[in-house]
Amino acid sequence: MRRLLTLLFLTLALPAIAAETPKRGGTLTFMIPADAPPSFDGHREVTFATVHSVAPFYSVLIRINPNNPSSSDDFVCDLCTEMPKPTDGGTTWTFKIRDGVKWHDGSALTAADVAASWNAIVYPAPGVLSARASIYSMVDTIAAPDASTVVFKLKFATGAFLPALADAYAFIYKADILANDPHWFEKNILGSGPFKFKEFSLGQSISGERNPDYYHKGLPYLDGFLGIYAPKESTRIEAIRGDRAALEFRGVPPSAVDQLQKALGDKIVVQTSDWNCGDNLTINHSKKPFDDVRVRRALALAIDQWHGAPALAKVATLKTVGGIVFPGSPLAATKEELEKIAGFWPDIEKSRAEARRLLKEAGAEGLSFELLSRNVDQPYKYLATWAIDEWSKIGLKVTQKVVPTGPWFEAMRGGTFEVVSESACQSVVNPLLDVQKFLPGDVSPQNYNQYKDPQQVALYEKMLHESDPAKQRVLMREFETYTLDTQAHTLMILWWYRIVPHRSYVKGWKISPSHFLNQDLATIWLDK
Amino acid sequence: MSATLIDDPPLPQRSYWKIFARFCQQQPLGTFGLMLVIVMAVVGFSAELIAPYNPTANDFAAMTEPPSWQHLLGTDQFGRDLMSRIIYGARTALIVGLTSAIVGGFSGLILGVGSAYFGGKIDLIVQRLSDIVMAFPLIIMALAVVAIFGPGVQNVILAITIPLIPRCSRVVRSSALTVREMPYVDAARACGFGATRIILRHMVPNVMAPFLIMVTSFVGQAILAEASLSYLGLGVQEPVPAWGLMLQGGAEEYASTAPWIAIFPGLAIMLAVLGINLFGDAMRDALDPKLRER
Repeated sequence: MRRLLTLLFLTLALPAIAAETPKRGGTLTFMIPADAPPSFDGHREVTFATVHSVAPFYSVLIRINPNNPSSSDDFVCDLCTEMPKPTDGGTTWTFKIRDGVKWHDGSALTAADVAASWNAIVYPAPGVLSARASIYSMVDTIAAPDASTVVFKLKFATGAFLPALADAYAFIYKADILANDPHWFEKNILGSGPFKFKEFSLGQSISGERNPDYYHKGLPYLDGFLGIYAPKESTRIEAIRGDRAALEFRGVPPSAVDQLQKALGDKIVVQTSDWNCGDNLTINHSKKPFDDVRVRRALALAIDQWHGAPALAKVATLKTVGGIVFPGSPLAATKEELEKIAGFWPDIEKSRAEARRLLKEAGAEGLSFELLSRNVDQPYKYLATWAIDEWSKIGLKVTQKVVPTGPWFEAMRGGTFEVVSESACQSVVNPLLDVQKFLPGDVSPQNYNQYKDPQQVALYEKMLHESDPAKQRVLMREFETYTLDTQAHTLMILWWYRIVPHRSYVKGWKISPSHFLNQDLATIWLDK
Repeated sequence: MSATLIDDPPLPQRSYWKIFARFCQQQPLGTFGLMLVIVMAVVGFSAELIAPYNPTANDFAAMTEPPSWQHLLGTDQFGRDLMSRIIYGARTALIVGLTSAIVGGFSGLILGVGSAYFGGKIDLIVQRLSDIVMAFPLIIMALAVVAIFGPGVQNVILAITIPLIPRCSRVVRSSALTVREMPYVDAARACGFGATRIILRHMVPNVMAPFLIMVTSFVGQAILAEASLSYLGLGVQEPVPAWGLMLQGGAEEYASTAPWIAIFPGLAIMLAVLGINLFGDAMRDALDPKLRER
């Protein structure tokens, strides 16, 4: 009987086990929903177009567990040997670096490279942009006392440090190249990650081949990958439908999933997640009349988010109404709290009446301006088209200008726009640092509103240094109300919802709330 | 001997109505094309009176609705009425098409006649520059211009106008070269008339036949180019109603689930271009003395 049961177990279980045993080989072809990355430098850029293109070539110090990427606290080592425990009251973090890690040119990677890369991120050289430098304001020094040790000393202990360290863009670069030319990595690629750089064709594709010297033994499973740039959603969906590509990692709207499921049935698997991306309508304070808070508040008050969200969720990757904090996080505003903020009032007629009054008072009735948008369909163009119609209801005349990713960033960084449709997309859910996007540009390089506001910075610093979660939450509400209502520095619109349909033969990849995370492709294998 | 001078009997003056009636009789397809153009013009320029809905107003309660009595041609993914957007889109097409064709055509006319009249180095330079511009297909040249100046209605008009100029200039020049050798041009020169007067009064009226045919065909080409640029995301931008943009802004995405979003703007483009081309062909036949009596 026991033999019979064993046989029965083996008969039933073995195929399942065998099916989930990773297979080696093959090339993963995926679509990248952009025309091209603005540069290859992860330290500089804030777009998936860079991460999806080059993350497979690079290592990082720590990362979110690739097998549990939805977590916000399951961190594992990439280049380090084990996750350290902090010392000195939580202000010293000592990481041991793996031995035998090689750059793709064959030279050895040491702790000096890790320290140099992190110093470049936290303390960028003059003239060098480090997009997330501000989130490391708690870091005091980074040093490599020997070839296998990196020590981070913090100014104050904070639970926000480790999630910040697991940033998906924090690629480790070679120290001597950084020292010679800090801009080198903008146009060149040399990493130590699971794949070696093979080829890049501007506006077409990027490819990599398996790194046989990769330090995570047995990985990667793939022989290589090919990322194809295609800003048009229909092109990408057709590529997946025709099996010219297996997936795109960013996320598609429900209508695209319906199409794929209808056409491919069980050959398509769909993974979904709330998305740590919120849309902003960023107002340039340096352009008149947007220096007037009444005009900015009017722009916020005109938009009916509660009514728009469920409708847009049917056609776009937008879904959840929320404030500046990832909805669902303990620090996020409740619906009742949100409804007190301009742009979230439940009575839209009252809200629009107030908007008209403010515009009249500011002498900006019938204001005309240009809304800059990115030529990525989801969700930028959808959001822009919707917002323009909402603004027309208070008499504003808004035109849309759609530009490719490069000029879009250029305009935002150069402050040459009036209002821009952009997004605040973050890596690991880490609200205390994620909201830095809303700090003025002299503190947060990711903020393109072109203003200075010491009072807002002081509010933030107070919150960052607060260790009591309850008090922290109260301070977050104060910061949020000040940012979105009192000063209406920016317009927080809807949060995204991530839907990734992929060919069922793609295994070993799990969705996370961020399309920046888990993109080194090392654990992916093809069940073909 | 005496001689009696007898005046030739005056040629009978035909009214415009008679000319038009003859055109309709001899060119039924051209008449059909003209009717399509007239309908498009009337619809486009009286859009506010005809369109049942605001073409840019979102209606989330009516997203991707198929054709019905409420929305005769259905709605798009924002719930916007497709019929209203097509009606307003006719205006965009006409504005871009007519402006590009007229500006491009008249610039080409002046350049072509001037080039033929002056000859020599001026002719050489103008023709070689035309060769350079004409080396690029219209849409490629328009793409390059939009890439430099950016999208938007005015830039689209500029982008389409520039490649049309040398095309018109080349055709006009070939006719003008013949006209330049005519005795009445020599006579005008002998009378001491200036170049401007000779070009405008004596040469331009005599190259109007090929010019009008060119301009007519340019309108169709410009409408198609505008639709192509908008489809590529480089033309007019949302939420402006434009046929090419309507194809681009969701038609592909909803091709299987809401095909009317693609069908009706596509049909509008086809009918407009067909109408203009039929009318242009008929104009050519009517104005060409070799074809007139066939």
